[in-house]
Amino acid sequence: MAHYRSIRDLDWPLMLITLSLCALGILQIYSATHDTVWKDAWWKQMLFVSVGLLLLWFVSSIDYHTLLGQVPLFYGVSVVLLLTVLLVGTKVFGSRRWIPLFAGFHFQVSEFVKLVIILLVARYLTELKSDHLETRDFLKIGGLVALPMALVIKQPDLGTALSYLPIVAVGIFLVGLSWRQVLLIGFLALVLPVTAYQFVLQDYQKARLVSFLNPELDPRGSGYQVIQSQIAVGSGGMWGLGVTRGTQTQLRFLPVPHTDFIFATFGEEHGFVGVVVALGLYFLLLMQIVQNAQAAPDRAGMFICMGVAGLLLFHLLVNVGMVVGRMPITGIPLPLMSAGGSSTLSVFLMLGLVNNVRLRRFVN
Amino acid sequence: MPVKLIRTDHDQEERVKLILRDDTKFASVKIAFFQYLSVAVFLFLVSGFWQLQVQNQEYYIDRAARNRIRSQPILAPRGKILDRDSRVIVDNHSSFSLILARENLKTEHLKSICEGLDIDCDDLRERLRRFDRTRAKYESIVIKDELTPGELAFVEAHRGQDTFPEMELIHAQRRLYPRNGFASHVIGYTGEVSDPELNTTEFARFRQGDIIGKAGIERQYNDILMGVDGQRRVIVDNRGRVHKVIDKKEASSGRNLNLTIDLDLQAVAELAMENRRGAVIALDPRSGEILAMVSRPSYDPNKFAGRIRSKDWNEIRDNPDNPLLNRAIQAQLAPGSTFKPFIAMAALDSGAIDDSFTVHCGGGASFYGRYFKCHAAKGHGSVDLHKGIVHSCDVFFYNLGNRTSIDKIAQWAETAGFGQRTGIDLPGEVEGIVPSTRWKIRNYRQKWYAGETISVAIGQGALTVTPLQLAHATGGLAMGGVWYRPHLVRDPSHQTPPRRVKIDLAHAASVIDGLYGVVNEGGTAARSRLPGIEFCGKTGSAQRVSNEFMKAHRQKNPLTEEDFKDNAWFVGFAPRQDPEIVVVALYESGEHGPEAAPIVRDVIKSYFDKKSRTTPATVVAAVPLRQQPFPPPQR
Repeated sequence: MAHYRSIRDLDWPLMLITLSLCALGILQIYSATHDTVWKDAWWKQMLFVSVGLLLLWFVSSIDYHTLLGQVPLFYGVSVVLLLTVLLVGTKVFGSRRWIPLFAGFHFQVSEFVKLVIILLVARYLTELKSDHLETRDFLKIGGLVALPMALVIKQPDLGTALSYLPIVAVGIFLVGLSWRQVLLIGFLALVLPVTAYQFVLQDYQKARLVSFLNPELDPRGSGYQVIQSQIAVGSGGMWGLGVTRGTQTQLRFLPVPHTDFIFATFGEEHGFVGVVVALGLYFLLLMQIVQNAQAAPDRAGMFICMGVAGLLLFHLLVNVGMVVGRMPITGIPLPLMSAGGSSTLSVFLMLGLVNNVRLRRFVN
Repeated sequence: MPVKLIRTDHDQEERVKLILRDDTKFASVKIAFFQYLSVAVFLFLVSGFWQLQVQNQEYYIDRAARNRIRSQPILAPRGKILDRDSRVIVDNHSSFSLILARENLKTEHLKSICEGLDIDCDDLRERLRRFDRTRAKYESIVIKDELTPGELAFVEAHRGQDTFPEMELIHAQRRLYPRNGFASHVIGYTGEVSDPELNTTEFARFRQGDIIGKAGIERQYNDILMGVDGQRRVIVDNRGRVHKVIDKKEASSGRNLNLTIDLDLQAVAELAMENRRGAVIALDPRSGEILAMVSRPSYDPNKFAGRIRSKDWNEIRDNPDNPLLNRAIQAQLAPGSTFKPFIAMAALDSGAIDDSFTVHCGGGASFYGRYFKCHAAKGHGSVDLHKGIVHSCDVFFYNLGNRTSIDKIAQWAETAGFGQRTGIDLPGEVEGIVPSTRWKIRNYRQKWYAGETISVAIGQGALTVTPLQLAHATGGLAMGGVWYRPHLVRDPSHQTPPRRVKIDLAHAASVIDGLYGVVNEGGTAARSRLPGIEFCGKTGSAQRVSNEFMKAHRQKNPLTEEDFKDNAWFVGFAPRQDPEIVVVALYESGEHGPEAAPIVRDVIKSYFDKKSRTTPATVVAAVPLRQQPFPPPQR
């Protein structure tokens, strides 16, 4: 079974789209930060993308069945690392998300836990004893995902924690649910947000929700980011103001223009036309991943690809939706474009998994 | 064997399940559903961009501009106010003003800023509310003028990004008024235009936050004095740091204004009124130019320059002595005996008496069943017109009034300018009252009683005048029936032709002879005689409250002792022929006319002293020094 895998067997359309998006991202990071304290962010991002490509090849060369076999180990390590973050993590903007590494680089554990969740869901749903999901299974997988989620919420990092949910949701949706389970989920969907608002959400998160509903209520405070982002996007118009010409970006009215709000500065400087091109690339990327799911050799491979697709769709919806004021501010990055090592590497690792499945589609 | 068979079954079952699990087609419909969901999500996102970037682009371009473009005012200095010899009365001095960028303003910062700079926080909040209603958000608000070095240090130390980045300093010219309320009622003061004022036609063209003239010359000639503020538009970043200046409109300063006031005379008059209540007016009857105008008590206009605190304002406003009142044009009081020359003119002109008319004064006389006293209890004996004026015999004038009738008196009083505004170029002048039968019917729906005329004949009763009216009227009489409109600004184009009334000059001459006698022939102001100057005048002392009122209220005593004292008046002019200066002094609660006479004497003396010092040659030399007459105000 140990075939020789050629680099030519990788999903090259997928790779091309990925690298195009990374290029747009690096250009935009440069434009947004060229005269700020983060002016080295663009070449750091190039470094991350290069490392990402290596990791992608490395991950795709290990049979994903082997990886699935190690899920319990991965899961255990994840939980331990998340606990470590809570104990010794670096505090930035009031939350502990990072473990310091060397040379000023930091390691965001919660980003890599996404991969573990993808593998966990794929393995669990493949090993079901029956064709449908028993309520017991449903609760069990829910519990398995809830533990890391709870640890990430504690950091606090609600956005990343919530991004674990679509992986589970897509998996369960593909397996199928009985009416009773749909009702149960419906009930939880009603009760959980209310209890979360009461007991889990931090004050700043509540303010973000309120300002999402009515940003002009506090335009200098919690509504500031929402409003400034919309002004940036709106003033870009059809054709955009040009690279390094966006006033909202260059005069720093837009907060964190190279990470969470990179798509707002992209929209300001490249206009509606640029936005449509970039979103089109993202759409093609998703469809390419879905196509790999359809061509997967077994259910496990399909679950892996669909998990990645679900997670990316969620990120796009929440991040880009936030930029245009149609989603509350959650502080999750835009995959491939936002500056940031952990997020970039974890996306490349996910794409590595997708390629991994693709390389083994003719195994039988 | 059966065991094995069972096991085989089990293996087969397992194999079937494994095949099922390898079957990826089981979810193809659901994967298609996921694809449609993705399409929906992307359409949702693209529509968001469409809405912002294509449908509402203009709106957001404007909002982005308002984010980064800030306009800072460049305050225009007001014109200086100069006296008739171009000496500076009101000047400006440069200072720093603190402005707040309202866009960046965090309301929670206000309290600390107010505390650091000693600003009344409630005032400031109220002003910010008013600004928010009418001024664009990017326009800043001036919150404090004339920062002291300590306050400057506070601002410099706290305008950093982490504290109060909304604070900005701008250079400004602040009004500098004379100290101790010198000429304060003439000059007036400036202040920030108020809400109620903005709703009036006079001030409607101003904008919230403008500093305008609010009283006196500052208000009357605001259009000349007020410059046009300039503006600097700059590009700022989110911290308010200026990256670029887009454009700059320089401020154009206001023009200087030459008054008719003579600082020397004004100083003499101010000094004479020190610690007294009342008014002094000096004017040139040949032109109507006001040479000095004093009203006491006064206030310090420097407190008003710029933004006055509510506390200071209330203190001045609620002062029972009413320092804001310009008594020279706004006090309406009974003129007392200073009115007698006009009674005499009315009596002579109407033919009620002739030159030979005499009366016996025994210290009082009865009219219409009531006894009227003369101020001299022993009486003046036989009194003719000249003696009547010189000694201010009340009985003589009772008879004059009784013979002349109220309407003839009123007619002459109105000819002399009483009962109407003189038209001086100051806001807020009042009219006074000249009673007549028509006036009584109109205001009280009652007929005039002849007994009331007796009181009016000695300048009491319903008759009230302002000091300016008295000066104006007496000056015109002394000029032989030529009345110039009193004015404060030297502007030939403003000069209106005088009102000339044909009066019998022989009558006028005999009255003026009487006024000469008052000072120079041992009359009521004999002690104010000025050697070498033909100084004429008339004393007066007028009751503030009527005798009846005084009787009724003496027990309850709701008025202070001051209120029962008489007001002392004196009107004087010089020389007798072709008078050059008329001066009126009102000394409230000064009891007797002779107490006001020295004030007038001092002013007239200094006028002639100055005139003799400056030979004609030096006067000619001084002319080019004067400022050019300014063009007429723009309306």
